[in-house]
Amino acid sequence: MTEVVLTAERITKTFTGVTALNDVSFDIHAGEVHALMGENGAGKSTLMKVLSGVYHPNAGAIHHRGELVNFTSPRDARDRGILLVHQELSLSPELSVAENVYLGAWPTNRFGVLKKKELHEKTQAALDSLGCNFGPDVRVGTLSIAKQQMVEIARVQAFNANVVIFDEPTASLTESEKEQLFIAIRRLRERGVGIVYISHKMDEIFEITDRITVLRDGELQGTVNTRDVDMAQITRMMIGRDLDQFFHRAQGAAGRDVLEVRHLEKEGLFSDINFKVRAGEVLGLYGLIGAGRSEVAETIFGVRQPDSGQVIFDGEEVDFASPKDAIEKGMALVPESRKEQGLILGMGGRVNITLPHLNLFSKMGISDTKKELEVFNYYREQLEIKTTGPEQPLSDLSGGNQQKFVLAKWLCADPKLIILDEPTRGIDVGSKSSIHKIIAGLAEKGLAVIVISSEMPEVIGVSNRILAMANGRLVGEFSGDDMTEENLINAVSEVPLESASQPSPDDKTKIHELKRTAP
Amino acid sequence: MSKTISSAGFQGVSVQPKPLRRTFMLLAEQHIWVFLGLSLLLFSLASPYFLTLNNMSNLLTQAAFIGLLAIGMTLVMINGEIDLSVGATLALACALAVGLQSSIGVWPAIFVALCSGAVMGLINGTLLALSGMHSFIITLGALIGIRGIVFIYTGESALMVEDFSYTEIVEVYLGPVSLTALIFLGFAAFFQWMLTCTKHGREAFAVGDNAKSAHEAGIRVKRHKVINFVLCGTLAAIAGVLLSMRLGTAEPNAGKIWELWAIIAVVLGGTRLQGGWGSVWKTVGGVLTLAVLRNGLSLLNTPNYIELMVMGAVLVLALVIDKVLGFGHSK
Ligand SMILES: Nc1ncnc2c1ncn2[C@@H]1O[C@H](COP(=O)(O)OP(=O)(O)OP(=O)(O)O)[C@@H](O)[C@H]1O
Ligand SMILES: [Mg+2]
Repeated sequence: MTEVVLTAERITKTFTGVTALNDVSFDIHAGEVHALMGENGAGKSTLMKVLSGVYHPNAGAIHHRGELVNFTSPRDARDRGILLVHQELSLSPELSVAENVYLGAWPTNRFGVLKKKELHEKTQAALDSLGCNFGPDVRVGTLSIAKQQMVEIARVQAFNANVVIFDEPTASLTESEKEQLFIAIRRLRERGVGIVYISHKMDEIFEITDRITVLRDGELQGTVNTRDVDMAQITRMMIGRDLDQFFHRAQGAAGRDVLEVRHLEKEGLFSDINFKVRAGEVLGLYGLIGAGRSEVAETIFGVRQPDSGQVIFDGEEVDFASPKDAIEKGMALVPESRKEQGLILGMGGRVNITLPHLNLFSKMGISDTKKELEVFNYYREQLEIKTTGPEQPLSDLSGGNQQKFVLAKWLCADPKLIILDEPTRGIDVGSKSSIHKIIAGLAEKGLAVIVISSEMPEVIGVSNRILAMANGRLVGEFSGDDMTEENLINAVSEVPLESASQPSPDDKTKIHELKRTAP
Repeated sequence: MSKTISSAGFQGVSVQPKPLRRTFMLLAEQHIWVFLGLSLLLFSLASPYFLTLNNMSNLLTQAAFIGLLAIGMTLVMINGEIDLSVGATLALACALAVGLQSSIGVWPAIFVALCSGAVMGLINGTLLALSGMHSFIITLGALIGIRGIVFIYTGESALMVEDFSYTEIVEVYLGPVSLTALIFLGFAAFFQWMLTCTKHGREAFAVGDNAKSAHEAGIRVKRHKVINFVLCGTLAAIAGVLLSMRLGTAEPNAGKIWELWAIIAVVLGGTRLQGGWGSVWKTVGGVLTLAVLRNGLSLLNTPNYIELMVMGAVLVLALVIDKVLGFGHSK
């Protein structure tokens, strides 16, 4: 009989005007990985914040190891060994790793002087047990996202946690970093820690979790054993219907060349990049995270300057000094890291969507609110955005719904070429499919579209043509029936040795794994 | 851009800066000392009276007053707050120390003066904690209010000490270094140690860097900020008392716009305006640089407005360097 560490009984949580959780019960066993799934805004993060003391529920009870508990702050929860690894990382970048790990519980003497040596040693021990290759004295701001996550996990060790909650931990990790994380999670599970794992990536859920609980609109849909169900069943629980057609591909005929790239090169990032995109077509750019795809896109868009090569856009050679020039010429780039991409979180969706294109939405400097509202309503419906209205501050929205606003913001610009970098990251399955539909719609309207994605089914599903990229080079082009998972994997794993940059050993093993498991 | 660099690191792309660049980065990070060195060099070439023991000793003593304000300001600014009332607090302490000594005696008067600084800091901090308004607004109000009290107390004219032995208290020298300067440097060393080695000091960075995660980790953010405002007010009062000893008088306008000089010194020293990063040592560098510039320019008989323009230019330059190099810090 497995031991139950944490139970939530009939939790209800409302925010002004919104019921985020309604009568939800949930339990976590020691030594299990428990998935929490649901659409964007279903209440996953809210439930976890209730369990970890960030929010106080309006009704319901929490039992920890059989005792009724009443958390008034995250510290109370932490003192009982319940830790939340946030959807948005919450470390202090200027402090050292050790200081972050033990934040709020630094060892001191009677006079408040830090015992630095003890802090260092304890942290070193925690890092060692996780197999981290950085020391306790490094400043956290200099670490990659993945390593920062390891710092959060080191807290688990430090506070001897018995419940750990991961809220979309892999959203910005590369494959090899994800593997590292999974190794860490499995270790915790073996030690009898109860783990909650939130993610929109089905393959991860089926790889690592033991049970799945599904929420929809703040209501509990049920808890099942992972091995008893398949993807379709889970999807149905999440969205309440079957997903009709998962992918939508643009159907129109391709027109004139909109973008041509010749011999584009940037030392250390990519070299000899040649390709064309035509109006009315969706070009997929596939590769593992770190292959240099985003860097190529950013270079075309003027974020960085190439060392050599030409970019021909709409018939003329261009050399954008900044993204602003590119936007003026009719290019748009929806960047990969959307968190930092200029949403004004204190303001509502209407303002946020139209902000970069006020000239389209204003007459003589006065904004045309009616037109703005039309656009807002259009995207709210198309992208199934959960918000109470055009003026609700975006800070009140769930992570995925905030991201949808970034997409909407760029989609409504009406460009000639749009580059979408990982457009569905952090977005639930249902809305993924509507985003794919929108992408196809854009191409059918005559835009040239480039979709960068590391999700193979997604690239294959939405693209008319796919370029494969690995280690800074284009390594293959596929169209029609050649667009198969097998071809893509073979392409990205057959990398010439004299490539622009060496793959890290981790990436190499991953590629071998991919080869082995390819159908 | 730190993000792109770190993600490139994972692809195995080399991101090790070249040695030349590393030296450059190091110089940039320590730019305040470079500034200080250059301005020392410049003025010693320009004026024969500049690099004399007497002038240097004087310069250090002059720097001490704004220096004490700047130390407190550094603490508050690392928290991501600001205290505009330090100049007025200095004037209040100065007035109380001079005005009360005939009735209650010298040492009790000094004690009351120091307490007044602590109390002003406590009021600022408490208002901040309770109202949730920005410290800029609160301490701007405090600046006006405290200055008003000073004018009422002094009757709008300078107070004089009756017994001039009061001014001799600080006439103690260690070689060429005055007691006032020693007190300043002593506090600088103490607070630098506090920032790097004590719980409260390290928490200051955590609070300024990411108040939310600090709060969630159980740090009492509001209480922490109140303590720093009290420290800042107390340091201002110490500067006020020292000033009254040096001058033997208490002007109602004492320390006017000194809060701005203090802020400039702190920013020159590289403390981040949004909080989360800063160092008292570098603030000392900023204080000394400012003092050298002011002293040097006045030795050259530069008109006051030129002096102000040079100071303004230096500040802008410091901010530009800070922005361009980013110091490899995030945000
Ligand atoms: N602070 C808040 N104020 C008002 N409403 C909020 C607040 N936090 C969350 N909500 C609302 O509660 C609902 C649930 O949000 P939650 O963040 O739990 O979703 P989620 O399941 O984590 O979604 P995602 O997959 O997008 O992260 C949303 O409708 C959101 O708008
Ligand atoms: Mg969430």
